[in-house]
Amino acid sequence: MGVDNPLGDNVITTSLDLLVNWSRKSSIWPMTFGLACCAIEMMATGASHNDLDRFGIIFRASPRQSDCIIIAGTVTKKMLPVIMTVYEQMPEPKWVIAMGACACSGGIFDTYSVVQGIDEALPVDVYIPGCPPRPEALLFGLLKLQDKIMKERNSFGNAIGLGERYIPEAA
Amino acid sequence: MAATETMTLNMGPQHPSTHGVLRLVLELDGEVIVKVTPHIGFLHRGVEKLSEYRTYHQILPLTDRLDYLAPMSNNLGYILSVEKLMAVEVPERAETIRIIMAELTRLESHLVWLACHALDIGAMTVFIYAFRERETVMEIYELISGARMTSNFFRVGGLSQDVPEDFVKKVSDFIDVMPGYLDQYEGLLTTNPIWLKRTVGNGVISAEDAIDIGLTGPALRGSGVDWDLRRDNPYCGYDKYQFKVPTGENCDTFDRYKVRLIEMREACKIVRQALDRLKPGPVLADCPQVCYPPKENVYNSIEGLIHHFKIASEGFAAPEGEVYQGVEAPKGELGFYIVSDGGNKPERLRIRPPSFVNLQAIEQMSVGTMIADLVAVIGTLDIVLGEIDR
Repeated sequence: MGVDNPLGDNVITTSLDLLVNWSRKSSIWPMTFGLACCAIEMMATGASHNDLDRFGIIFRASPRQSDCIIIAGTVTKKMLPVIMTVYEQMPEPKWVIAMGACACSGGIFDTYSVVQGIDEALPVDVYIPGCPPRPEALLFGLLKLQDKIMKERNSFGNAIGLGERYIPEAA
Repeated sequence: MAATETMTLNMGPQHPSTHGVLRLVLELDGEVIVKVTPHIGFLHRGVEKLSEYRTYHQILPLTDRLDYLAPMSNNLGYILSVEKLMAVEVPERAETIRIIMAELTRLESHLVWLACHALDIGAMTVFIYAFRERETVMEIYELISGARMTSNFFRVGGLSQDVPEDFVKKVSDFIDVMPGYLDQYEGLLTTNPIWLKRTVGNGVISAEDAIDIGLTGPALRGSGVDWDLRRDNPYCGYDKYQFKVPTGENCDTFDRYKVRLIEMREACKIVRQALDRLKPGPVLADCPQVCYPPKENVYNSIEGLIHHFKIASEGFAAPEGEVYQGVEAPKGELGFYIVSDGGNKPERLRIRPPSFVNLQAIEQMSVGTMIADLVAVIGTLDIVLGEIDR
């Protein structure tokens, strides 16, 4: 290629941001947090047919160990404070996926008890439409989240306490 | 001797083995449970209220999302109660396909129950196996209705459309291999010493208590009460089918597990009988007042289009009165009680969900046992919060 490679063939040079982003996107650990119908499809995505483990996605039962929350189902006004508590217990950096019509917009339940979309309370990174979304749709949403994580800048600097993470606007 | 005092422990609504958003407040004496108080309502979506503002056809998609593990059974319960109110006769082919789908739904629901129940107790392999078979049922759902879970396939008076040609082969293939898979699960669990230690003698409820509380479905049959609506109050032509109603003896979690596994085998047999009875014919009743017109009429004639528009926008006016119809859903008796004031919307729709009633038994089943056994009790009750909170 004409490029002088003084370090030899077995060394890859990269930026620290890229390294941090790559490790984060390759080990998204979501909460096992099922709310309603979508949770069953979330389980189906994690089970044998689709197998989320191959993307490094492993469900964790504790918010302290997870960095992504999949809001899978209808959020009611009674449930919202619980979700907020769980979200606040998660360590930074953290991402939110709104799975299904209910989490995106309230869906068909336009009633007195239902929160009309989780984005009223949490900063949503990826919206997945469908009622419920197919497992393939959830997979696609998770891959989109991986793309988004890869675009982040200053993730290394932020990790060692220098400045904020810079997240570019969605294209 | 030092006095002990009880401790209050909160479990849920965010807990991996409460099957959704159930919250339990436990009172513990050491590790022994003294009192269990379930708190529900975290998934209250107002389905019953919403139904009062929708026409009879428009309520159907809401029923899918009650017990989301068994959407077709919910549809069936609602549709049958509306048909009872309107006195609609359903063609035989539609009834047979309904039974096939209702039994496949029972299989699917029990598969997810087995997967979660085993996972909660610590047997992860069963979860992976059961979801593999569930995928086949979901493919059949998708084949006939286009949706994996919320099928919305039945209609008042029949079905939304006839099934495609490869439906029979697909169902038949699945029913052929399913008993072998059930043997696999049994091989993993039935004689497994850990499974036996966790389930035998756990969650005992006597037959009298079960009847007093109002348990239905496998939870009741596990206590030895021989009661199944499909046989004792037949609907949808179930009286023409031969099947066994399994019952337990020891009233414990293991017996309920056995009952459900036998039910899955019986469901396979019912589907086989239904496939043999399946004859060509119409799938929608000839009742233009209530039913949607066939799609070819809608697309090719102005009368058909107007008819479709009238049914979709206004629905139909139901006669004044009230009606109750219960079906044997996978989890127990699912009933829909409709009060009509003569309009095109129900004045009141009351749903009798099996999980809501079955959840009441949690106190009887778990008081006096260890806290770790509570997870097995929640699993064996097979509750779905969408149905409890509605």
